This record gives sequence, structure tokens and C-alpha cells, in this order.
Amino acid sequence: MIRGLAGALAGYAVGAALVAAIRALTGVDPLAAEPLVVAGFPFALIGWLLGVGVWQAWAREWVGLDARPAAPPGWRRYFAYSTDHKVIGVQYLVTFTVIFLLAGLSALLLRVELAAPGQAILPPATYNQVMSLHGILMIAVAVSVIIAGFGNYLVPLLIGAEDMAFPRLNALSYWLIPPVALLLLTSTVLGGWDSGWTGYAPLSERNRVGQIFFNLSFILVGLSSIIGGLNFLVTIIRLRAPGMTWGRLPIFVWGIFLTSLMSAVFTQSVAVAMLLTLLDRVFGTGFFAAARGGSPLLYENLFWFYSHPAVYVMIIPGWVLALEVLPHFARRALFAYRWAVGGLAGVVALSGVVWIHHMFTSGVPFVFLPVFLATTELISIPTGVIFLSALGTLWLGRLWLRTPMLFAIAVFFNFLIGGITGIFLADVPTDVQLQDTYFVVAHFHYTIVGGEIFGLFAGIYYWFPKITGRMYDERLGQLHFWWMFIAFNLTFFPMFGLGLAGMNRRIADYDAALANTNLFVSIASFALGASFLVFLWNVIVSWTRGPMAQANPWRARTLEWQTSSPPPLENFPVPPTVVAGPYEYGTGRAHAVLGGAAGGDD
Amino acid sequence: MVGRERHAERPGHDRTSIESLGLWIFIASEAFLFLVLISTRFALVGFERPAELNQPLGAAVTAVLLSSSVSAYAATRALAGGEAGRFRLFVRLTLALGVVFLGGLALEWAEGFAAFPPARGYGSVFFTLTGFHGAHVLSGLVVLWLATRRARDPWPVRAAVRYWTFVDAVWLFIYPTLYLL
Ligand SMILES: [Cu+2]
Repeated sequence: MIRGLAGALAGYAVGAALVAAIRALTGVDPLAAEPLVVAGFPFALIGWLLGVGVWQAWAREWVGLDARPAAPPGWRRYFAYSTDHKVIGVQYLVTFTVIFLLAGLSALLLRVELAAPGQAILPPATYNQVMSLHGILMIAVAVSVIIAGFGNYLVPLLIGAEDMAFPRLNALSYWLIPPVALLLLTSTVLGGWDSGWTGYAPLSERNRVGQIFFNLSFILVGLSSIIGGLNFLVTIIRLRAPGMTWGRLPIFVWGIFLTSLMSAVFTQSVAVAMLLTLLDRVFGTGFFAAARGGSPLLYENLFWFYSHPAVYVMIIPGWVLALEVLPHFARRALFAYRWAVGGLAGVVALSGVVWIHHMFTSGVPFVFLPVFLATTELISIPTGVIFLSALGTLWLGRLWLRTPMLFAIAVFFNFLIGGITGIFLADVPTDVQLQDTYFVVAHFHYTIVGGEIFGLFAGIYYWFPKITGRMYDERLGQLHFWWMFIAFNLTFFPMFGLGLAGMNRRIADYDAALANTNLFVSIASFALGASFLVFLWNVIVSWTRGPMAQANPWRARTLEWQTSSPPPLENFPVPPTVVAGPYEYGTGRAHAVLGGAAGGDD
Repeated sequence: MVGRERHAERPGHDRTSIESLGLWIFIASEAFLFLVLISTRFALVGFERPAELNQPLGAAVTAVLLSSSVSAYAATRALAGGEAGRFRLFVRLTLALGVVFLGGLALEWAEGFAAFPPARGYGSVFFTLTGFHGAHVLSGLVVLWLATRRARDPWPVRAAVRYWTFVDAVWLFIYPTLYLL
């Protein structure tokens, strides 16, 4: 990592010097900050990647030397460049959990400021920066944590493969993430930016230099997400074990597959929006600069064309993770498996034709309003099907209420509230009233925190014994669940009321009449923050000295439990053969056998 | 760590088919990038087009790029047929045509910079689109050169030619967008 930083600095120096030289030759001010940063950045990135291990393990081959993949033993491998999908999965999970907690702390700062009307600790300009930082960090976490963390760890295991299709690309996509954190921190030191996580033009065009760090890091997260999506698609299409037909795929793998389709396609659009903003700022093009005939509305279109599908890139992994947990703890097959897959596909299909619902008040042509109202409402049909699949599984099963199951059920409870309140934001007449109020904040946090992040914790507890080889403390786990669940609802439910009362989001102050509710929300948010201390304590203690876990403590049928905890390098001692569906509880049939001899398909 | 070699040992895990699928998805993903960029032309300036565009030059570079695709295809045929001499000839021809295209592009840039500067409207779109595409042509040339330098294994050559054909095909959408509509 030190080598990576050194590489980054060297690369930056090369890039910046190159640009300064060109600018000096052509007679423009050679030391203007923005062109230097933007041009130095790709070089710094290449330097960083070569430094952290790409050179040692990969690029040496390009110049005819032998690659020397370094593989430090034990826990140190999690801090080194590795192409093992399980190590990369853990790296993603830990990195994003840390970013999640940091971004959570920034939210608590905001809640301190909002505890009472008037100014308390943050001047309005600082408030805007903290709010922007909180937004983009949480978006990066939400887009990547389940798909990149659990996706990497589990997809090869669940389909009976020994690694991802492109292990080196996989490592590359992980090592793009630390520079994002570095960029955003550097930006904060330089005074930050205050255009929120959406970075709308024209503010983004005239903001101070911190803005370009935001744009560059957004592009980087996008790049990592595109590469990751491509890798998942090829892995799932090409590396399934014998007998693993599409109809026998665990629902989690289906979710990652469909999400990857969206990442690989829609991310381009937001990347272009960010790039064109940079071009406007550095090369003086006129895409979004209204003063030069540009169109700020074009930015919004490009931005939301990705960023609406992005909410499904966040929530679908949360849903399918919960759907994956339900059958094992209800001891029955997933209810209406095919319909659930169809529902997911329906959401993906519709995700590209609803983005204007974010722009109902932006002055788009009137004819778009009813059209995008209708397409948005249509999404509730496939979503409802997924919901019924979860409900049916619970209804017909014998529930085993361990921590993962509690979190998985909460996903659907919270999302029900998030989904129903979404209807008011999709309907134009109510949306015009609620746009940019705390109603939107509450709705969004109910879907993404209540849906995805609760799903994330379901996954962490469910696979903790598999990943660490040790068992977590069940009592602490349940304490964490109830504490987080209650505090979460106390924090965000009152925000619906604040929004209906007209409290604006992204503003450091509010009407004094709303003081009591805001104080209540602030106190609840600290209770929510404290619940993660229980989680951290449980993870740290259990990982270091919890009781050793068996290979299959949940007596689950899917493939990841049919190998040791943690699984060996390349996962299975003998390649598995899949003989039946993944959730054959009560029929006595195994999902898979290790080795290929027994019987084959039925 | 060992991934690459070990994967090849398992039945059904044929490296070429894995990489070929990866390349197709990469191409699809790049196609969306250009689709989005092309859409900005219509969103920003509709069908407006400056009179100063050098139409003969635009048509000429289009012809050059198209013939480079034909020549790249001829190179893969020669490789499949084991004709090393013809293969080298067509690869060199392809690379040369690519360089000529980039030269033509430079000429267009020099002329256009005064006539429709990149600071607004059509100029912004023109320089961004041709700049992005030019960068892809350049990377296509490098990839083609690297893949054909030691042409023992036909797959890297086929992959490079597929990418090159894609880059050419993208120009078939950019050219009418900028010059004809
Ligand atoms: Cu949306």
C-alpha cells in the first residue's frame, strides 16, 4: 500500500509535469490547478495500481518477465493484492463497512446541527459540504457493498466454480476503491464541494476545485462497477458447475446477474455526465454551462438515466440476499421461485424508462409527466410479485428466528413502508408538493437503509461462520437487530411528517415550529448509531475468539455450505455436480454432490 | 492466484470462450458509452450543422476507416489459412489506414477549431465525439499492433480485430450524426 501511494505520487508528478510543459509551450498559465489535477489523476491512478500489486502479479508479463504473485499467509492476505475471490470479497466488505460507519458519523454531525433550529456547530457552508460527503459516501457503499462484497465471495461458491472468470480484473476493480476514499478526503481538506451527491449543473460548473475530486471519484466508482458487472456476467454464464441449470440457480445469483446487467449498461450514462462536466470546467466546452448555450437539463437527464437504475443496483442485492436467507430459515423452498426471478427481471426491464420522475419539477415538457408517472407506477407490479414470494415463503414455512432471519424479515417490513410512500413521489400532483422535502429523505432511507443495509446485515450474520470459520454471539446479534430496527424506525418515520410539514432537505436550518420532532429524530439517530457498536463488538470478539464454526451450522442445502468453513483456495476439494434445486427442504433431495459420478441430472 | 492455468484444466472452462464473451460484453458496454455521447448532439443542438464542415474530408476519412476493417478481416483470413506473408501485409495495411484516419482527424480539428470552436453548441459535441472516438482508434491501433507482433496464437489476433471492427462500426454512427443530419 505504501508502494501504491508512492506510485500514485510519481504518476501524478509525471502527468502534471506533462500538462504543465504543454501549457507552458502553448503560452497558457502552466500552473492552473484544475488541468493539473485532472491530467495528473489518470497517471496517479496507474501509478497506484502498479504500486499495490498489479506490476508484481500481472504487468511484469507484458515486458517479458515472470509474474510474481505475492501471497502473504494468514490475516495479512486481506491487506495485500490478491486474486482469490474470497479475499477480494472480504476486502470489499470490510472497506465498505468502514466507509459506511464513517459516512454514518457524518450523518450524526448533521443531526447535531439539526437538533435545534438556528446555527449550532456547523456554519451553513460547512453543513452543505458534510451533507454532500455523507451523500456520496453512502451512495458508493450502497451501490457496491453487497454486490461486490458478498457477490464476489459467494457467486463462485454458489455456482460451484473455483474463482471468478477474470480474477485479475477482479482485483483491479477492488483496488480502484481506496483512491476514491483518498480523493474525497483530499477534497474535504481543500474545502470540499457543496453540490450534494447529485452534482447538478450549473452549480457544479462554477464550484470550487473540490468539485472535480467528486467528479473523478464518481467516475472511478462507476469504472469499478462496470468491470465488476462484466466479470459477474461472464462468471455466471460460463462457470456454472455441471447440472447448475438457470432454473436451479440460487436466487442470490439471479439477483447479482440482473444487477450486473444494469451496472454494465447504465453506468456509462453517469460517467459521461461527470466527464462532460470536467470537460466544461477544464477545456471550456459548453455542455451544461447555460451561459454558453449549454443545457443543465441535459445533465439531469444523463445523471438520472443511470441513477434511477442505480437504486435497483442497490436494492435488488438486498432483496435477493433476504430471499436467499428466508428458505433456509423457513425450512421450505422459496415460494414461487420462477415468479420471483420474473419479478426481478421485470424491475430491471422497467428501470430504464422511469428516470424523469426525478425531474417532475425541473421544467421538462408537460407530456412527459403522465407518461413517466405511469411507467413508474408499473414497477410496483414486479416488485409486488417479489414481495409475495417472500410472504409465501414465510407463510408456509416453519420459522427459525435466528439473527439473519430477523434481518431478512425486516428487509420486507421496512421496504413495504418505503415502497408505499414511493407512490406519493411517483404521482405528479403529490410529488410537486413533496419534492425536495424530508419526505423524500425518509422514503429513500426506508428503501436503501431499511431494505439494502438490513439485507447486508442478514448476510453478514448468515455467512459469518462461513467467512471467518467462527460463530458469532447469537444473543448480541439479536440485541443488535432489535436495537437497530427500533432506532431506525424512530429516526426515519418522523421524517415523513417533517416532509409533509414542508421541511426542506439539504438545508442547514428549518422552521422553529418543527423543533420538537427534529430533536426527537436527532436523539433517535444517535441511538441508531450506537447500535453499530454492539455489532462491531460482536464481530471483533467473535472473529478473534468465538467458538469454531462447523462447515454447515445452518444445515443449509446450497453449495457454499458443502465445503469447509472457511473454504480452501479454489473452494471445493472435488468439483461439485448439481442434481436438484437449491431449496429442496422436506423432499430429502440434495442440491448437489461433490464429484461428478452420482447419477447426474434427473 | 493460480486461476488462469487451473481454470483451463476443467472441462467446459475453455479460456477462449470465456474471454470471447467478456470481450462481447465489453463491446456492448462501450457501445452504450457512444450511444450516450451521440445523444448529447441532439439534446444540445438538435439538427443544427455549421456550413464550414469539410464534407469531402469527412467522406474521405470514413472511406479510409471502412477499408481498414476490410483489410483487418483479410488479415484474419490469411492467418487462418496459414499464409504468414499475406497476414503481415494486411496487418501493416490496416495499421497504416488507421494512422491515415488519425491524420485526417487532426486536419479536421485544425480547420474546425476556428470555424466552430469547442466552447459552445455543435463545436462542443464535435470535438468531444471525435476526440473520444479518436482515442479509441489509437487504442485499437496499439492493441492490434501488440496482438499481431507475435502471432502464434490466433485468438488474440481475432480479439484485436473484433475490437477494431467495433471501433470502425462506431464511426458509422458518428459520421452521419456529425456530418449528415
Ligand atoms: Cu427513481
